[in-house]
Amino acid sequence: MGYMNELEEMAMKLSSEEIEILRIIEENHKISVESIALMVESSEEQVRKTLKKLEDEKIIMSYPTLIDWSKVEGQENVIAMIDVKVTPKRGVGFDEVAKRIARFPEVSSLYLMSGAYDLSITIEGKSMNQIATFVSEKLSTIDNVISTTTHFMLKKYKHDGVLFTSGDDQDRRMVVSP
Amino acid sequence: MMQDYTRYVSQTGKDLKPSGIRKFFDLAASMEGVISLGVGEPDFITPWNIREAAIVSLEQGYTSYTANAGLLELRQEISTYLEKRFGVEYDSNNQIIVTIGASQGLDLAFRAILNRGDEVLIVEPAFVSYGPLVSLAGGTPIPVSTSPANGFKVTPEQIEQAITEKTKAVLLCSPNNPTGSTLTKEELTEIAKIIKKHDLLVISDEIYAELSYDEVFTSFAAIEGMYERTILLNGFSKGFAMTGWRLGFVAAPKPLTEVMLKIHQYTTMCAPHMLQHGAVEALRNTYHEVEAMKRSYRRRRNYVVQTLNQMGLECHTPGGAFYVFPSIRSTGLSSEQFAEQLLLEEKVAVVPGNVFGESGEGYVRCSYATSMPQLQEALKRMQHFIESRKLVKN
Repeated sequence: MGYMNELEEMAMKLSSEEIEILRIIEENHKISVESIALMVESSEEQVRKTLKKLEDEKIIMSYPTLIDWSKVEGQENVIAMIDVKVTPKRGVGFDEVAKRIARFPEVSSLYLMSGAYDLSITIEGKSMNQIATFVSEKLSTIDNVISTTTHFMLKKYKHDGVLFTSGDDQDRRMVVSP
Repeated sequence: MMQDYTRYVSQTGKDLKPSGIRKFFDLAASMEGVISLGVGEPDFITPWNIREAAIVSLEQGYTSYTANAGLLELRQEISTYLEKRFGVEYDSNNQIIVTIGASQGLDLAFRAILNRGDEVLIVEPAFVSYGPLVSLAGGTPIPVSTSPANGFKVTPEQIEQAITEKTKAVLLCSPNNPTGSTLTKEELTEIAKIIKKHDLLVISDEIYAELSYDEVFTSFAAIEGMYERTILLNGFSKGFAMTGWRLGFVAAPKPLTEVMLKIHQYTTMCAPHMLQHGAVEALRNTYHEVEAMKRSYRRRRNYVVQTLNQMGLECHTPGGAFYVFPSIRSTGLSSEQFAEQLLLEEKVAVVPGNVFGESGEGYVRCSYATSMPQLQEALKRMQHFIESRKLVKN
């Protein structure tokens, strides 16, 4: 029951043009306002206004770039996914402890899950050691944390909808065809 | 010793004109760094679920022939698809044939209906295969030119003017390659009156049906009184991004499918078994991906049409497919000159409009089935081409 209270945020109704703009920048946020305006058959001013509104409403949360750090020497990260069981607290449920864990910069994502454990955390660090230290010194010492199970990530095949290894991005078409 | 083969080659083979696209392809293929807007196929790779279904089919050993008309399971899916999507009912048992692309469907249709000298009206600008296929089947292709003033949409009057006592059928392709123009239900209804009045058949190439952006696509077979007169061609190439699979289908009244099936079984036997399993999956579970691809094309269409118009290459907004057909008349160049010089100087490939028929002269076909960054770069180069040579006289 308590779970539902935590899925509180109301979804907002958007116009089809606003949704279309979101889809365009979700694919590539570097695209110019001018291009977006042409694509949705609107004015640049209107697109700017829409983007501002979507940013203000926190529907557009941020504009990150997906980088394959494993290709950069000396910048390879160790990533772990940690299943965490916690005791929910009266009145605030899982929120309090989740928000607390989320503030650690090592935590790159954190979700409340249904099933065998409660929180799913992704941790990024420079070494296994660093992650182990984080788990033993920071995470498991938090009051309501009952147990943790750490899984180290061995290889990334796909992240946020982007394939890391495939030939799908190659154009194999003939240069001119009827 | 060099053998003289000309005495072996058939007259039909000799008479067949080489495709106008060929020359241009050879030139473009010999150059490096070309951005091509000359490609007549999607830039998407076939959705994975479809590819996977074909892989599974191979793994399970589906390597035999299928029924001549295609897997019954696939024909049933096609039947459901045509009914749900376009409101036309075809019996999967005897009204649908799975073909090697819509191209083979065209060949079957012409061979099934044409006697020597029968005329087929071909609305131009048109896909390059129609005329030659009519000729190969012993018929005579009669071009019907459309006008840019009408967005290259054929009018009933234009069709009627070309009708003679030898006319047997009209070939329609909407959304159209190369112009992208798309006929509305009302426009098709007007054409239907002429078809009925002159007791003709229509071969309706609906391969771009899934890619209609502004209106709900209307199949010609769905127009009142036209079901009995329509040979409907469609396939998986464009909407499902499956060009290289070579899978299409033809649907028609039973007496016509019976004849087409005879020809099909002697020439082709059947479409590849494992690929037909992929097509089943395409029709069952790809709706959302098809919609997403369509949205992506639509955006790019809007971008390209407005950008071309801004640079002085006038172009109408096509209702479907993934082509725009801008006029290059303002440059004072012919279609071929424009395309060739643009390719040599700016390394952008477009297809000269005249290869699609006489009424395409003064135009070029640009396909926007290319990534946005590539499109942006290509249009920048086109603008540079026009500006540096002061080609547009405003």
